Amino acid sequence: MIQRSTSVCYRAAIIRERSCCESRRIFTIGLLALALLDAACAGSKGPNKTVIQDTGSDTMVNLAQAWAEEYAKVDPTVSVEVSGGGSGTGIAALSSGTVDIANCSRRFEAQEVEQARKNTGKAPHEFMVGFDALAVYVNKNNPLNEITIDQLAGIYAEGGKLTKWSQLGVKLPDGFDEIICVGRQSNSGTYFYFREAILGKGRDFKLGSRDMQGSKDVVELVANTPSAIGYSGMGYNTPSVKQLRVSKEAGQPSYAPSVENTLNHTYPIARPLFMYTLGEPTGAVRKYLNWVNSDAGQKIVLQSGYVPLPKTGN
Amino acid sequence: MPAIPRRPRVEILAERAIEVLIRLCGISAILFVFGIFFFVFREGSQLLFHGFNFREFFFSPEWYPDSQSHVRYGALALIAGTASVTLLAMLLAVPFGLGTAVFISEFCGRHAKEALKITVELLAAIPSVVWGFVGLTVMNKVIIQLFHTPIGLNVLNGGVILALMSVPIIVSIGEDALKAVPDSYREAAIALGVTRWQLIHRVLVPAARNGLLAAVLLGVGRAVGETMAVLMATGHAVKIPTSLLDSVRTLTATIAAELGEAAVHSDHYQVLFIIGMLLFTITFAINLAADLIVRGVRRG
Repeated sequence: MIQRSTSVCYRAAIIRERSCCESRRIFTIGLLALALLDAACAGSKGPNKTVIQDTGSDTMVNLAQAWAEEYAKVDPTVSVEVSGGGSGTGIAALSSGTVDIANCSRRFEAQEVEQARKNTGKAPHEFMVGFDALAVYVNKNNPLNEITIDQLAGIYAEGGKLTKWSQLGVKLPDGFDEIICVGRQSNSGTYFYFREAILGKGRDFKLGSRDMQGSKDVVELVANTPSAIGYSGMGYNTPSVKQLRVSKEAGQPSYAPSVENTLNHTYPIARPLFMYTLGEPTGAVRKYLNWVNSDAGQKIVLQSGYVPLPKTGN
Repeated sequence: MPAIPRRPRVEILAERAIEVLIRLCGISAILFVFGIFFFVFREGSQLLFHGFNFREFFFSPEWYPDSQSHVRYGALALIAGTASVTLLAMLLAVPFGLGTAVFISEFCGRHAKEALKITVELLAAIPSVVWGFVGLTVMNKVIIQLFHTPIGLNVLNGGVILALMSVPIIVSIGEDALKAVPDSYREAAIALGVTRWQLIHRVLVPAARNGLLAAVLLGVGRAVGETMAVLMATGHAVKIPTSLLDSVRTLTATIAAELGEAAVHSDHYQVLFIIGMLLFTITFAINLAADLIVRGVRRG
């Protein structure tokens, strides 16, 4: 290996030695080529194409992508670039001023607003763009159909006593009894919302849950694991998992995570989805957000499996 | 005798410049290593010297970096996770790696040797995220079926994946070490009438001992530092493992998963850098040990 590479260097050295003029010419040509390449790159973006950077919530990433694709047809001069990573990632990016829009499946915390104002001089501006009924998923072979908030807390909260399916009166067909908790990593808005809505303010998750990096990963792991339970956006439902009906307390009726149950506030763990900008948006970003909240934009919310905003005036 | 043409000034200057450039390239590795260490240290140092709870960090398994009521930075479970996965990976990779090295160096014919070496190098070229993908999708199902365990993302999964990733390193360095044993050793041993097994067991392995040990240590370094594959294959659960079938979370995976959202210079951010220092120290110690041992080879 070493011998081979030295011989290559040696050959290169000889070539360089052979003619300095030639190498200078090559150098000039190289420079020219670079300049051309540079010009070509600048050209491909086009002088009139506005780019909107949109990052954040993993729950919303498919939805945001669908919006971006549709909007490219509505206004071809604007290109919306979407990436995920988690609401926390979007918040951090917006606070440092590197993106135009942050997607969030939770609200900004007071200290995060403060941080953004300190970094950029502008306060985050909130747009509600839809709703998500945070769904609780189990494997499709799990006989369980409904669950209470208390039971969820017993499974997920620090100090919670529920660790076996038999404690919920469930016998799994595969004979497993241990509840495999599947959760999200800590920069997820879903993780934040679930912690606050299910465990209560200030309480923590039980250690030992499998913390997945994405909303889709949660559903996939639950689909592959007979004894797992997980939480994720309602838009990630697939035929190989089952969404549980959730009730506030034992004895009260339970509700499925559906569009109607979200809009009439019967599903207990539904949450709004947000897009944030730095200060009042202007220009292309403003137009984009107006379109997102228009009928055309809201139709895509429904198509992506989430709940559109109720029609204003109702 | 014709006069020697004078070299143009430009050429002389260009040569000087290239010399300087090459020298810089040589030094840059050192600069980068110290630069990185300095950076990691600087980012974490503020907390490290002002009220960092070492006892909690090393002895508590409670990792709650973003709790709203009671923040705890206990890294014991993460350390145990890294240690368990690395240990299992080495238990699998060392015998396999060294065995393959011996086979390639001593047993197989020329063609088989070339084919094997290329294949092993190809194994090293597979990106770690692809390994992680294999762990997440293929191995998960296999482990569930084979062991009738509720979840296949665990120490076993991560260990096997890491073993597969460290084997190429162990094989190529181990094979080099065996190749470096002078042929006169082999000839002398064969002249004494030893069997092949005796030749390897009594002559080659002791002669190449240091090189083989270095191969193993570099494999360990690879396993400790690996991030993406273990993030996906181990289940990413904060838990001290009690069996091979428990999910764990490693030090590296924790940094990868949490650094993105930790506010810059917050305690959480600094603790992640302290974990980085811990990892740096571990791999540095391992590489140093490997290096010292290799030096031993040259002298011996």
